[in-house]
This record gives sequence, structure tokens and C-alpha cells, in this order.
Amino acid sequence: MSEHLLEVRDLKQHFPISTGWFQKTPLKAVDGVSFTIDKGETLGLVGESGCGKTTVGRTILHLYKPTAGEVIYNGTQITPANIGKFRRDMQIVFQDPYSSLNPRMTVSDIIGEPLDVHKLYSSKKERDEKIAHLLNLVGLNSDHARRYAHEFSGGQRQRIGIARALAVEPKFIVCDEPVSALDVSIQAQIINTFEDLQKKLGIAYLFIAHDLLVVQHISHRIAVMYLGRIVEIGESSEIIANPMHPYTQSLISAIPIPDPDTARVKKRIPLEGDVPSPLKMPSGCPFRPRCRYATDICAKECPSLKEAAPGHQIACHNPHF
Amino acid sequence: MSQPLLQVKDLCTSFDVESGEVRAVNGISFNLDKGKVLGIVGESGSGKSVTAYSIMRILVEPGRIKSGQILFNGEDIVKYSKLQMRQFRGKRVSIIFQDPMTSLNPTYTIGNQLREAILLHTDRTKEQANARALEMLQLVGVNDPQKRLNQYPHELSGGMRQRVMIAMALACEPDILIADEPTTALDVTIQAQILELMKDLQKKLGMAIIMITHDLGVIADMCDEIIVMYAGRICERGTADEIFYNPCHEYTKGLLRSIPKLDSKNERLIPIEGSPVDLTCMPAGCAFAARCDKAMKICLKQLPQEYWINDEHLASCWMNVKKVYDEAAKGGEA
Ligand SMILES: Nc1ncnc2c1ncn2[C@@H]1O[C@H](COP(=O)(O)OP(=O)(O)OP(=O)(O)O)[C@@H](O)[C@H]1O
Ligand SMILES: Nc1ncnc2c1ncn2[C@@H]1O[C@H](COP(=O)(O)OP(=O)(O)OP(=O)(O)O)[C@@H](O)[C@H]1O
Ligand code: SF4
Ligand SMILES: [Mg+2]
Ligand SMILES: [Mg+2]
Repeated sequence: MSEHLLEVRDLKQHFPISTGWFQKTPLKAVDGVSFTIDKGETLGLVGESGCGKTTVGRTILHLYKPTAGEVIYNGTQITPANIGKFRRDMQIVFQDPYSSLNPRMTVSDIIGEPLDVHKLYSSKKERDEKIAHLLNLVGLNSDHARRYAHEFSGGQRQRIGIARALAVEPKFIVCDEPVSALDVSIQAQIINTFEDLQKKLGIAYLFIAHDLLVVQHISHRIAVMYLGRIVEIGESSEIIANPMHPYTQSLISAIPIPDPDTARVKKRIPLEGDVPSPLKMPSGCPFRPRCRYATDICAKECPSLKEAAPGHQIACHNPHF
Repeated sequence: MSQPLLQVKDLCTSFDVESGEVRAVNGISFNLDKGKVLGIVGESGSGKSVTAYSIMRILVEPGRIKSGQILFNGEDIVKYSKLQMRQFRGKRVSIIFQDPMTSLNPTYTIGNQLREAILLHTDRTKEQANARALEMLQLVGVNDPQKRLNQYPHELSGGMRQRVMIAMALACEPDILIADEPTTALDVTIQAQILELMKDLQKKLGMAIIMITHDLGVIADMCDEIIVMYAGRICERGTADEIFYNPCHEYTKGLLRSIPKLDSKNERLIPIEGSPVDLTCMPAGCAFAARCDKAMKICLKQLPQEYWINDEHLASCWMNVKKVYDEAAKGGEA
């Protein structure tokens, strides 16, 4: 068996939600997710908003204690007791550049903080150089170091967050919508930066994003989530060219193409039915109430991930090729 | 010709900070007609949100409108009193923020906030406001809407908060909707659904939309006209077809080049090199010159004026002037 950098086994995250005066119902945000990521690999994670992508990322890093399941990093199972040892190796870049940066800190404080915590410099001069280097790496100006976070635009703040995550030279980064707030030219810079760092240092990424043009570009493989589960996973070019799960097919058909002529003629496969709730899981396949291909068995049995083509797994009773 | 719904005239908005005056919006003008969709794209930090906040008059300290006019149906709202502005916002113009957490109050339930907005801006009764809140949540595709009304913002996923914001902005049926990155936090299927909803309201109510987004796919799908901003100024404007198929400013060309394409896995993306200008000390010439491959001497010295490419298209780039000279020198007939 080959050793993966990260292995996630049947991970579950159930949040207790009050549904009545004294009643608590578990909200199954993540409900049995398994995948592996190798050194130097990028796994893209996509899916409807609220399907549990952020929760997967945070639970892997034990920012939330998993309800069940295992996270194995470099052969060692992560537990609340030993997570401290892995904090430097595993970083996260947040979705929301506004609330994740303290507005009263200067940029140099923000990026310097992890350098201080992990004592990654021997002199004040080296610290300043590292900060300047990190700022350049993410396309900011080293003059920006003395300004405060609140003086920056959304995109600029996101880059500060990325610089901070990169400061400790991590091995694995959960990138939660790291480029959604950026304009495409800076997005391209950051994606190139992510790719260069990966080539140079072998960093692995779990790359969460809604922009499928970006995800297919950066990811080696893509996992598609629906209601807390992975419904399809495979090589990124395969998922885009040959989506087999009906949900993935809708998703791919809805990619907005930056070309007015294409936009005018593009046919979407609309998703019918109500947006699902993890509080009211349907019986059988979670996608069934909105599925065009549902048959009797779909209401009875929840399909598990099965290999449909080499390296391409889907969870559907009636795959459409 | 009838007067445009909204006219922005030579708007300048600055922030006075320790290091100097940040010229976030530096003399921009545009018109918006009833029922039209205007897209604003541009580098992050180029002043798109500040433009929107200026129109709403919700700039935070130390931001201020330095000069210029913002005419709504011919009336200058820069001169409006606080009270007039409160009535204007929400009812006439509403905004969907880039960051839903800044506009959702963490201490009130979703239902509470929606109802308040509806009561403030429409003449609905409490019961009608309740029903409307529920209806709006359904419209924007929030699951379990009844339950969500009693939840707090932090209990929702990013995308769901965004949809609540959208519901809030649309609930009062404004004349102009300013959507600042309305769908970045959403998956593409919901995004498609919400864009459809906006188009629908636009057609039904004649609502005009200012769509600010980095997603050129959304722009291509939604917009009649596009404004491209760079460093607080408009560098190019025109119809969607003109901007996408005939870009005439070097920044716009770079922007379009840097979009990832389907099936481009092994190709490196082509970003625009260099860093954004410091808005506290703007260069004398074209703000993009320092990063531009094509920059000439004049680009560094003199600010390019807006230049007509054709009757649907304007660009502020010296290359277009040069082209005319070159053609004239070649054949004389241009
Ligand atoms: N701290 C929490 N307490 C209770 N419920 C939560 C919490 N965090 C997330 N949830 C719920 O878990 C589900 C998954 O949320 P999550 O943020 O992981 O979704 P997501 O896939 O990242 O969505 P988005 O694309 O909108 O960011 C949602 O139904 C959300 O309401
Ligand atoms: N409170 C503030 N203090 C100082 N400068 C500010 C403040 N708010 C914004 N700015 C500056 O104004 C400029 C324009 O910001 P704005 O938020 O409009 O950019 P944007 O085009 O919306 O960018 P993005 O695409 O990243 O959202 C930025 O360069 C920013 O640094
Ligand atoms: S298992 Fe059935 S309901 Fe689920 S996606 Fe496949 S066909 Fe549709
Ligand atoms: Mg998320
Ligand atoms: Mg903005």
C-alpha cells in the first residue's frame, strides 16, 4: 500500500441544532467522507453551498472535533491530543478575508505572527526580509507591510491571508475559496504561486472553490460533494469532460463561460426541486428528490462510491455515461 | 432622449490615512438607464466597492466624497440629508454586499432582520412583512426557510448568508440593485438560479442592476454594458461584445488573457505582472503604464483621455491614438 500524505476515513461531523424547546437534532454537515491526498497533489472539492466543504476542511484540521472517522497524516492518526504537533504542517486559508484578519494589526504583524510563534528567524532583519518576500510572493508591495488590514480591499486582504499561511512553510494547506474574492489577473498570479510552491516544496492542497474553471485548472483530481457526502471523485479532466453523476452533470452545465456568444446559446441542466436540508435527509440517495434519473431503488438504498471507470468513482444507482 | 435613471458625474472619493490621501475613486462618470444591467469589472482595489458605497452614501470613516455629482432621476443625492438618504436606501437603491457578515447583524435572527428591512422600506403590515420574508427566502433557494427565520447568521453556511443578503436587498423591490460580488460565495447552480431571479425582476419591475464581479462568466451572461476600472478610473467601457471581442485597453486585454480556460490543465495561467499602484501617489501618466508591455514614453507622462473606438466603445489607452497615427502614416486614408 502506498503511503498517502493525508488519508480521511469515513469522516463525520454532526452539529447539534435545537429544533424545539428541549429538542436537539444532529445536523449532518459531513456524513461519511473518505479520500486521500498525496504529497504534491491537489484535490479539488466542489459542491452546492452548504454541502459541507468548509466543514470537511476544518474537521480535518481538528478545528472542529470529528463526530466520527479518522484523519491520518503521514501515517499517524490525528487526535485532539497530538494535533499541536501538526499545526505547522497543516495550514488553512479562509474563505472570508474580512473576518479572518484582525483589522487593528498591521500587515507585518499579521504575517509575522506565525513566524514569531514558530521562531522562524534569527534576527529582526531576517524577519522583515521574510515578510517582504512573502508579500511579493502573493503580489503585494513590501511597502504595504506597515499598513493596517482594514485599509485593504477584499482581494488584497485575501492575499495577506495567503502570505500568512505560507509563512510557516506548510506541507498541506486547506484552501477554502482562496481566490474567490480576487480579480482574475491576481487570481492567476495566486494560482501560479500555489502551483510553483507545490512543484518546489511538494505542498499538497485541498482546494475548495465554486469556480469550476479555476478548480479544473489547479486540481489533479476533483471530489464532488452533495449533502455531506462525496458523490463523484476522479481525475479532474475526466470529471469535467465525462461527469457521470446527475448532480455533477448539472453542476458542469452551469459553469458560466466568459464569452457572450457562448453564454447566449448555452443550455443548462437546471436542478429541480427544493434545496436540500441536512436536517431532513431524504431516504436512500440524498440526491433523489431532485434527480431526473431516480428509480425505485434510489428511495430505498443509499448508493455508495463505486468505481465506474479507472480512477473514477461515483455514488449513483443509475450512472449516465 | 429621456434622462437616465442614475448619472454619476466626475465622482472623486478619497480616504485620508496616515500615509496620505488614498484616491480610491478618481473622477469617474457613467449613466445607468432603467432596466439595464451595467457590469463593473477591474482589479481588486480599483475602487469598485467604493463607487458602490459612494452611490449608497455608506462610506466608512475616513472615506468621503470629495467632488462630483450622483444624480438619481436628476436629483443630486450627494446633497441629500441623512433622513432623505435613509428613505432612499433600500427603497430606491439597494445593495448586496461583497461580505454578507458586514451587513447581517450577528445578534439578530435572520427573520428579524428581513422583517425590519421590509417594514422600513415598504408599507406592509407586520404580517405581510413576515409572509414576504418567507417568500423571499424561498425565492433565493434557502432550504427550510421557516426554520432559517429563527436562526442567527453564524449558523448558516457562507453561501446561505449570501442568499439571505440577496433576499433582503430584493425584498423591497428597489429601482436600482447594486450587486457587489453577489454570487462569489455560491455554487454555480445556485448562482445560475439567482442570476435568473435578478434578470426576472429586472424585466418585470424594470429594475436596473449594477453588477460588480470578478467573474467574467457572469458578466458575459448578464450585462448590456461593461465598465472596466483600474486604479480608481474607468479605463475602458462598451457593450459586452465590444469588451470581450475587441478589448482596446492593455489592462482589459491582460484581464481577459488571465482567465483559466476549460482543458488548459497544463498551460500556465498568464497573470498581469507587477503590483497595483499606490493610490496615495498616483503617477502622472497612465496608471497601468508601469505594468504594461506596450507602454510608450507618452504613457508615463500624460494621462490618456477617453477615446472613441466606435459608437459603442470607449477606451483610455495611448495605443489607440498611436494606431490612428500609424495608419495615417502608412496609407493616409485612415
Ligand atoms: N458551527 C456550526 N453550527 C451549526 N451548523 C453549522 C455550523 N457550521 C456549519 N453548519 C452547517 O453545516 C452545513 C455545511 O456547512 P459548510 O459551511 O461546511 O458548507 P460549505 O459547503 O462550505 O458551503 P459554502 O459553499 O456556502 O461555503 C450547513 O448546513 C451549515 O448550516
Ligand atoms: N477604510 C479605508 N481606508 C483606507 N483605504 C481604503 C479603505 N477602504 C478602501 N480603501 C482603499 O480604496 C481602494 C478601493 O477599494 P475598493 O474596496 O473599492 O476596491 P474594489 O475594487 O472593490 O476591490 P475588490 O475587487 O478587491 O473588492 C483600495 O485600494 C483600498 O485600499
Ligand atoms: S442514485 Fe438514483 S437518485 Fe441518486 S443520483 Fe443516482 S439515479 Fe439519481
Ligand atoms: Mg464554505
Ligand atoms: Mg470590492
